[in-house]
Amino acid sequence: MGKSAVAEKFSNEPLSAPLKLQFDYTRSVGPTVGAFVTALRDRKVIGARGSDGRVYVPPPEFDPNTAEPLTDFVGVSDAGTVVSWTWMPEPIAGQPLTTPFAWALIKLDGADTSLVHAVDVASPAGMSTGMRVRARWAQERVGRIQDIACFEPGESTGESGPSSESEPVTMVTTPIDLDYMHSASAEESFYLRGLKEGKLIGGRTGPGGKVYIPPRSANPTDGIPTKEQVELPDRGIVTTFCIVNVPFLGQRIKPPYVAAYVLLDGADIAFLHLILDCDAANVRMGMRVEAKWKPREEWDYTLENIEYFRPTGEPDAEYDTYKHHL
Amino acid sequence: MTDIAVVGFAHAPHVRETSGTTNGVEMLVPCFQQLYEELGITKSDIGFWCSGSSDYLAGRSFSFISAVDSIGAVPPINESHVEMDAAWAFYEAWIKIMTGEVDTALVYGFGKSSAGNLRKILSMQLDPYLVAPLALDSVSLAGLQARLGLDAGKWTSEEMAAVAARSRAAAESNPNTQLSGHVDINELLASPFVADPLRAHDCAPITDGAAAVVLAAGDRARELCERPAWITGVDHRIDSPGFGARDLTVSPSTTAAARAATGGDVGGIDVAELHGPFTHQELILREAIGLSDATTINPSGGPLSGNPMFSAGLERIGYAAKAIMDGNAGRTLAHATSGAVLQQNLVAVLEGRN
Repeated sequence: MGKSAVAEKFSNEPLSAPLKLQFDYTRSVGPTVGAFVTALRDRKVIGARGSDGRVYVPPPEFDPNTAEPLTDFVGVSDAGTVVSWTWMPEPIAGQPLTTPFAWALIKLDGADTSLVHAVDVASPAGMSTGMRVRARWAQERVGRIQDIACFEPGESTGESGPSSESEPVTMVTTPIDLDYMHSASAEESFYLRGLKEGKLIGGRTGPGGKVYIPPRSANPTDGIPTKEQVELPDRGIVTTFCIVNVPFLGQRIKPPYVAAYVLLDGADIAFLHLILDCDAANVRMGMRVEAKWKPREEWDYTLENIEYFRPTGEPDAEYDTYKHHL
Repeated sequence: MTDIAVVGFAHAPHVRETSGTTNGVEMLVPCFQQLYEELGITKSDIGFWCSGSSDYLAGRSFSFISAVDSIGAVPPINESHVEMDAAWAFYEAWIKIMTGEVDTALVYGFGKSSAGNLRKILSMQLDPYLVAPLALDSVSLAGLQARLGLDAGKWTSEEMAAVAARSRAAAESNPNTQLSGHVDINELLASPFVADPLRAHDCAPITDGAAAVVLAAGDRARELCERPAWITGVDHRIDSPGFGARDLTVSPSTTAAARAATGGDVGGIDVAELHGPFTHQELILREAIGLSDATTINPSGGPLSGNPMFSAGLERIGYAAKAIMDGNAGRTLAHATSGAVLQQNLVAVLEGRN
């Protein structure tokens, strides 16, 4: 029933599309990094003296040699000497400067270790090991490493901001922004192409194999690759469900509503979708449902083409007919 | 101590870009098939599975579960994962067999480096408070390291280019690798900088890939392989993440790991497979381990001819084992690195027995 090979085969060529990942890491800074970034907010640089007597800038939270917390803070200059450098001809988004610049390891006066940051010079000819650089402070400082906008050739101006009356910095937020060209698998691709045409295309390894929708690359029980595309009807049964009563960020439907596993006729695996157009209290295992599609002109490569499933009014399926799919 | 050996090794061809899924598992399936066929085993013969990969590379969380799909985890399997180069999964598998719970393990690593901006993605493994927010990329960081050695007179641009030239020449006999051929050092030195003082030949190429290694204990190893590559030592160490506070021209963690894995005896190592993704890093590693000119370095072509992220370190172990399994070497050493500028280092020593 329902297991028909697809007359019009959909291409296996992988679909790909740009994928942009953006999220913020919000981190508590603790007493050591916190003191460092709080000082940056006041246009000051501090390090911490380690058990070996060296002044570490930036200060690590724990002594690299003894693992004791490092809190013996020492003020250092905002100018120093380039220990090593490299040239960035094509800056990447998110780096301190958008024009070509140098990265440098900089030993600030009074420090025994190096800090990494950008140096704003016009060309590599402007860089040399041993050259003197000073911090260029950001106009608006919030207590993060970017409070130093970058370094530039020169000596310290000796200026620092007045000590802030504000509370010490306890958190830093780092936005992450990564770009990918995401590729779907061959099987995901024919499934997604099917959706674009309003068809539900599953896959199986061959005659007698189980039908998976969305299709898997291989049968998980024997690893045999999926060879056959199978078109499934847009109706089936609810195998199991839950009623969502809790509101949460990003929720698109007003609770209560039903999220259910829908087993399409002829499929061997259920997928998650919504059951609407009926009272949540009336949804039950074995209930017959059908897809409510969006208008054709809105179809895209997504299961969201189906807005939700709704009851067909047919008699419920017997438990024995779906008990193996729970 | 339990005798444990590498008995099989396969890797996907090193390519600049595949059309497969972002998580790259399609490259893995042929590796498994090759190993099953060569060893005459099936999925159910494997006692423990362990992988290395990265969610940042795949741009999605829990990306390694897609790889578990490619194994076929029905009936259930005994599985684990490390968010590092799969050489560290190899270490976990070695420990697992050592416990006596299992007598075989399959270790695999995979990744599609081409899906995103690799040098930016790798900045995600730096100090998240004061370094990663600057988006300091992996190639620039290696450039800072390279200049420190050049300024200190520890190596020259010519010596760096010679490493690249030797790697590509060695790769000529390896059909599965990405860059090969005979190149003139002067021509290399005339090429433009990518990240001054690094030129293109100083940096491993961006590579999509996957690799798998099979481990077995005692008699099981002897059943599966005519000449198993017995593991006589494995160790891994880490240096401080504060790279501005340590000397980047040396690798104390590699020295410590090598000393532990070799038992202090680096003589008689016929082949060493070293995982230095930048030319100067191979020079650091040779010195850190104390290898002499009697040892052939990276006859596979090494990471400079193909550097699939999260499997290149495991491949070093695979190639070092293969030299023994093929009867071309008696004692070999494999090195793997993970993290920025040689922060974490693993050394394994392998031996054939007649």
